[in-house]
Amino acid sequence: MLEERISEWRSYVRRRQAIHAVDVDELEDHLRTQVAELGEAGLDDDEAFLIAVKRIGDLDTLSREFAREYSERLWKRLVVEPDAGKDAGRWKTEGLLAVALAVAAAVAIKLPALFGVSLEGPEGLNLFYARNFSLFVLPFLAGFFAWKRALAPAGRWWLAAPFVVAALVMNAFPFTEGGYTELLAVLHLPLALWLVLGFAYAGGRWREHDQRMNYVRFSGEWFIYYALIAFGGGVLMAFTLFIFQAIGLDAESFVQLWLMPCGVVGAVIVAAWLVEAKQSVIENMAPVLTMLFTPLFTLLLLAFLGTMAWTGSGIDIEREVLIGFDLMLVLVVGLLLYSISARDPQAEPGFFDALQFVLVVCALLVDALALWAIAARITEFGFSPNRVAALGENIILMVNLAWSAVLYAKFLGRRVAFGPLERWQTSYLPVYLVWMCVVVVVFPLVFGFQ
Amino acid sequence: MNVGKDLVAASATPLVLAILSEGESYGYAIIKRVDELSAGELQWTDGMLYPVLHRLERNGFVKAHWGRSESGRRRKYYRLTDLGSEELSNQRRQWRIVNAALRGTPFQSFELVPQVI
Repeated sequence: MLEERISEWRSYVRRRQAIHAVDVDELEDHLRTQVAELGEAGLDDDEAFLIAVKRIGDLDTLSREFAREYSERLWKRLVVEPDAGKDAGRWKTEGLLAVALAVAAAVAIKLPALFGVSLEGPEGLNLFYARNFSLFVLPFLAGFFAWKRALAPAGRWWLAAPFVVAALVMNAFPFTEGGYTELLAVLHLPLALWLVLGFAYAGGRWREHDQRMNYVRFSGEWFIYYALIAFGGGVLMAFTLFIFQAIGLDAESFVQLWLMPCGVVGAVIVAAWLVEAKQSVIENMAPVLTMLFTPLFTLLLLAFLGTMAWTGSGIDIEREVLIGFDLMLVLVVGLLLYSISARDPQAEPGFFDALQFVLVVCALLVDALALWAIAARITEFGFSPNRVAALGENIILMVNLAWSAVLYAKFLGRRVAFGPLERWQTSYLPVYLVWMCVVVVVFPLVFGFQ
Repeated sequence: MNVGKDLVAASATPLVLAILSEGESYGYAIIKRVDELSAGELQWTDGMLYPVLHRLERNGFVKAHWGRSESGRRRKYYRLTDLGSEELSNQRRQWRIVNAALRGTPFQSFELVPQVI
């Protein structure tokens, strides 16, 4: 009983960013000595605990004092070291494993060069690489998570299967070179495999909503870290070219054939490891960006609808414009998803929730207008693979947003708690996965690999 | 009797340094000693001692190391450094100055006349 209370107290104190784990250890020792002494004086455990906690003092004042002392802690630095008390051995193993896997991925992507498969193809990237790109790097990441989450052996088979199937499909299917089905498969496979990776991330517990939401959060942060690393990598490459040029050496082939591909795949693993390492030490960036862009996006859509109503002009349907509206829906769903991921589920509905409701409704209106305009001319355009794909994605996202709008309305009207909103998003994730698989596997078969 | 916050804060450093000059100690024991020395009048909020100790360590006046308590638990022990001894003499000089100034006034004697307003 006492142990429970002490560990509860520990986690409460630990949440203060100015107070590090070592300090908590020290305070805990103080607490326990006090409790022991009071116990000797005749008090029972509960009373002793309460008095001891009170004597340690008010936590706010205490953390302010600590903050004054350790002002640099208020800038949450990523200290890639174990906290005193964490399993230092496992931490090191994890770091080494991450680096090893990153190197392995870099080696893997260069391996085909040994067999005479070059990176460059007739029109940019060699088709072999384009088709199999995600298979060079995501299996390593899957392995990392399988190890980290101690995935059961049965789970490992389940995890490996989609990768094997993907390899078979991408290489055995007789795609027409440069055809639409190939392009769609190439674009959708990485996304499908990323969702499969979620299985490893969740340690096999993919049915639990918490785990799915955690994976969503992980994905958002990973993307941001990857973008930052990529930017840094770009600067590094530019600098390499420049500095070697200064001594008359052309580093372009090295940069293009070695630095870039290895960097691109290595960074995937490194970014994932960093996101895992930082956990709750550093604030998640994705929700912060979401908070910034939601109002802007809402205003944009409102302005668009307003302008349409004012000028009375309809949406001018070019042949491939549906893709643009798909993108809009993707952005809105993304904004929705990430603000849901960071929102305190107990909080009362507020201004920001109302703003998001407006965003979703606007997006639905704009999309409905677009679909209506397209429907009138769909027979004229015909059903090609990419048009069907765009339409399918549009409908999938629209269903998501439509039900989200309904739930939001109920939430704002206080007829429903926040939970259902969150669960709707996480329940919908498998739908995306199924769709991706359909595009990769079924479309080529249906459309004759064109 | 309530001692003013500022006075408690000002006396914290010299007290801690002086107590540590008696020998190596740890947080809880230091608080108990303060309680002892002031006959219970100085009631420090236990937790507030630790930022003070950390500040002293940062300035090099004390040095900490992790050891074991009697019950085998990890405990952080502090001891005074040479720099700390110097600082202690420094503080002592400052308090002497203040004390001497006050002794010259009715402050120290028992003939304080309450001000009639």
